Amino acid sequence: MAGTANTTLKKGKKGTYGLLSPGVLWLLLFFLVPMGSLLKIALSEKPDPWLPEYDFTWHWANFSDSVDRFGTELIRSFTYAGIATILCILIGYPLAYYLAFRAGKWRSILLGLVMVPFFTSFLIRTIAWRTILGGEGPAVWVVETLHLTGITDFLHITSNGAFLNTPQAVIGGLTYNFVAFMILPIYVSLEKIDINLLDAARDLYDVPANAFRKIILPLSLPGVFAGTLLTFIPAAGDYINATLLGNVRTSMIGSQIEKLFLSESNYPAAAALSFIFMAIITAGVLLYAKVLGTEELAA
Amino acid sequence: MTATTGPASLSELIPDSKRAPKVRRPFPQRILGIWALLVYAWLFAPIVVIVIFSFNDPVGKFNTSWNEFTLDNWAHPFDKPAYRDALITSLQVAFVSVLIATIVGGLMAFAQSKYNFRGKGAINILVVLPLTTPEIVMGASLFTLFFARNVGFGFTTIVIAHVLFCVSFVALTVQARMRGFDWSLEDAALDLGSTSWQAFTKVTFPLILPGVAAAALLSFALSIDDYIITSFVAGDRTTTFPMQIFNANKVEIPPQVQVLATMILIFTLGLMAIGAWRTVRSEPAGG
Repeated sequence: MAGTANTTLKKGKKGTYGLLSPGVLWLLLFFLVPMGSLLKIALSEKPDPWLPEYDFTWHWANFSDSVDRFGTELIRSFTYAGIATILCILIGYPLAYYLAFRAGKWRSILLGLVMVPFFTSFLIRTIAWRTILGGEGPAVWVVETLHLTGITDFLHITSNGAFLNTPQAVIGGLTYNFVAFMILPIYVSLEKIDINLLDAARDLYDVPANAFRKIILPLSLPGVFAGTLLTFIPAAGDYINATLLGNVRTSMIGSQIEKLFLSESNYPAAAALSFIFMAIITAGVLLYAKVLGTEELAA
Repeated sequence: MTATTGPASLSELIPDSKRAPKVRRPFPQRILGIWALLVYAWLFAPIVVIVIFSFNDPVGKFNTSWNEFTLDNWAHPFDKPAYRDALITSLQVAFVSVLIATIVGGLMAFAQSKYNFRGKGAINILVVLPLTTPEIVMGASLFTLFFARNVGFGFTTIVIAHVLFCVSFVALTVQARMRGFDWSLEDAALDLGSTSWQAFTKVTFPLILPGVAAAALLSFALSIDDYIITSFVAGDRTTTFPMQIFNANKVEIPPQVQVLATMILIFTLGLMAIGAWRTVRSEPAGG
């Protein structure tokens, strides 16, 4: 499919770098250079706790200090983001499958509808979830009227009959706010699958589940991979859902970094924490790519 | 499969699917449909709440529990100057950032998909990196840069940050769109005697325009909605719409918030509809 590109690329002329230079400059100046200055600050010391100043001293202890201090928040962020990502796959994959193979002529309209909620402000959507999940909201009302509180508590959907200000609400909010980034890449990878391949798969395997497992699922894994990155990374760094839908015990790493930077002006600690957070994410991404890559080969 | 049967009539379809060896097929098909319906209901639940609450006359400062119907909020959508000014700032930021990002990112995508050159792989990585970096880290790093260089925080720093995350997004979207583009069309135009500028504006650009427009629209949505990075680079005197809502949400949520959100929704829906209409209209001519 992608291999049948019809023309070979032209060799670049001098003008090519001219086309590229504004973008490359922007990315160098405002992405790589700031990362460098962040690293420098992460290795600096803060002599006076009351002043925002710092001295560059190769102070590696910042890293271990921030792990000691914020280990709980780090683990919590990755746990919440991980659960939200799995939920996004479980919710998004069947929908993407439906859109790619079953939606027929409604496909493009239904695909557009997936995007529509995301054109309303992220914050206002999350505040709307507060209304839906809150003590006077419809969710609690339904559960209480049907006397299901025991069951929802047992299933860990609610905590003591409450939806709002729980870890579950935070994970739900993360799932909701990032699910489109899961649906779209999976849809793209499914949509590329040749319809003849589907027919062949159906002839080859008498059980439809086998055709799905052996043919469709492996071909859609790149979409799942891209979707996981696009969901997990922003979800792990997000603190809006934790702030608006959670409680003091659901605080995530993002709000700690933000607080260190903007309220406490403890730049070295904040920078070190940012770097550790990013290092864990990068390691996770590489590991995930490896695991998924080998599975793809085995299938 | 229904998608391949095409214009089969209903009476044709029903006995056919009954005679088919796999009688179970319609069942999972229905489950998928029901699942899709449930997901859409879930996706739209907060949107419905927002639109409904834009017609609420709230008791107290928080428009988060229903009291009674009113048209007052829609009659005075701009009565809260803090929110109105913040929205204007957001629109200005989004407009300028998307304009810069679309041009810069579009040029990058064009060069990346048309030519082979040294350093192409490195540039690809450089473009992808901002998208795999958590917003909080990007915001923090820009904050340290501007702080260390004593750059005044405000409109310019917000635009710099927004262009940064939009430019990668535009470059990748447009690049994906151009993959497999038939560059010999441009050669054909050149053979027919047009200048390379004419070949670009008359042949290449119209073909990549839908991709560029879609990327610009999505960047606009990203920019106008961004809170985390913006809060790091905005400083004390500039406030965007998401910042205003987040900073005030413990004190008040006036109904104007829901009204303005509904307006933004209608506006973007309108843009999407125009885009859809244009592609539908141009398809017969292009194909």
